[in-house]
Amino acid sequence: MDMVQTEKLVFEYEKRDEEGNVIGVSRAVDEVDIDVQEGQFIAILGHNGSGKSTLAKHINAILVPTQGTMWVNGRNTKDPEELWNVRQSAGMVFQNPDNQIIGTVVEEDVGFGPENLGVPTDEIWQRVEDSLRSVGMIEYRHHSPNKLSGGQKQRVAIAGVVAMEPKCIVLDEPTAMLDPVGRREVLKTVQKLREQKKVTVILITHYMEEVVDADKIYVMDHGHVVMEGTPREIFSRVDELKSYRLDVPQVTLLADELRKRGLKIPDGILKKEELVEALCQLN
Amino acid sequence: MSIKLEHLNYVYSQGTAYEKKALNDICIEIPHGEFVGIIGHTGSGKSTLIQHLNGLIRATSGELYYNGENIYREGYSMRGLRNEVGLVFQYPEHQLFEIDVMTDVCFGPKNQGLSADQCKERALEALRLVGLKEKYYNVSPFELSGGQKRRVAIAGVLAMRPKVLVLDEPTAGLDPKGRDDILDQIAYLHRESDITVILVSHSMEDVAKYADRLIVMNKGAVMYNDEPKRVFEHYQELEKVGLAAPQVTYIMHDLAGRGIPVRTDVTTVAEAADEILRAVGS
Repeated sequence: MDMVQTEKLVFEYEKRDEEGNVIGVSRAVDEVDIDVQEGQFIAILGHNGSGKSTLAKHINAILVPTQGTMWVNGRNTKDPEELWNVRQSAGMVFQNPDNQIIGTVVEEDVGFGPENLGVPTDEIWQRVEDSLRSVGMIEYRHHSPNKLSGGQKQRVAIAGVVAMEPKCIVLDEPTAMLDPVGRREVLKTVQKLREQKKVTVILITHYMEEVVDADKIYVMDHGHVVMEGTPREIFSRVDELKSYRLDVPQVTLLADELRKRGLKIPDGILKKEELVEALCQLN
Repeated sequence: MSIKLEHLNYVYSQGTAYEKKALNDICIEIPHGEFVGIIGHTGSGKSTLIQHLNGLIRATSGELYYNGENIYREGYSMRGLRNEVGLVFQYPEHQLFEIDVMTDVCFGPKNQGLSADQCKERALEALRLVGLKEKYYNVSPFELSGGQKRRVAIAGVLAMRPKVLVLDEPTAGLDPKGRDDILDQIAYLHRESDITVILVSHSMEDVAKYADRLIVMNKGAVMYNDEPKRVFEHYQELEKVGLAAPQVTYIMHDLAGRGIPVRTDVTTVAEAADEILRAVGS
């Protein structure tokens, strides 16, 4: 089943002068067609200003298309009647955890979403407990969010989204401000949610290592989708990726370098285990 | 010419219920001209530490010497210190405010009391150093991309010609090319203009590639203070405190574990390639 689907989606910003008069338009998303199936893990890569965050904001109708259409869980995001259904289907997690947490106690923060959906009180508490458990933060339920580490705060933000029981979670650079362990915690949490709750995950990131397990990667540039494929397909096109200001995981870079210098190593290495295995085969 | 911290302590909200020891007995020395990386988990005290370096935060106890002079002695010119130690905060582009790039970069030198011509000269020099194209000099900073804005913000500090450049996560949120560009530019600056660079980062790969020495912070204290190679040998301990080693270091450990005779104190892709070829080629 299609979870997120777009057809020639266009989004234009109006540029205004100091008096507020429109002096031009700039196209942030330009005729994008994407198709995400239920339960998939999709990554969107692209340089700063390539349009990926603008596209992501369409998925829970923070923005609606200037032209073209976006369907989320079969609903057209342009239809005002469907707005709440769309928002309930797709939840978003942003880069800075401090901008997303509003409660003074962890469990209150997580309960905010379901409360706004009109969920009965008993069920809210049940959902709060379940979602904190699923992100591994249950023992912090009575803590104040501002004493938590970056990774912990981000997991609370994810729990807040999970408590709304969305079918799809969109994460817009959720690890950009985190230390290595915080980064790993967040990714593990996302992975676990996919397995246990079968949620569809759309991850936007600048860290290439984080997307090697994706089912599909979209690469954006100047508002267009310019590459589309599995991680193995995408990361074997090193030069093309670099032309879009992107990179490949360090292990892929190393494999590439060794191959150029004459070692017989297969294409498309994405994980350290694969490279170690390939090198052991040589001996 | 150096920065020296002696038994430096800092306590937040001292005497209240929220009292928290942010820095605990810090003793470090940073000689002039070094490229130092500071790493540590979120909340380990990195940002608090660097704000001491130009006197924005005053230590609760302990001493800080800049070029041999105690900055806490009475009558010490903090203004002079801030002219020499330039601090680039996290997300510095949020601090851009002028009508165009040139005017924004001139703001620092203008406050140092330089003439309009001198300011312009400094600004041009700084903008060239960060590699921003000339066509953007008269554009509003808000029209630029994230990476470009960040360069403008760094140029704003460079225009004050600091002798010590302190950067707090200068690449957070940038795309890979933007990340490499900014760090390459900083490395170039470090080579060309004889300044000390102190780089706070969450990217182990970046500090491994650029820094001469790493200071590892954990819970407000210095945990390691050594060459990157030596520091990343303790990768298991680093993981316990929210950090890690660069991906290539793990590959080398795995290879060694499988009986391939490689050195494990390797922290960059180039080094790893050389070392693997040496071991496997023979």
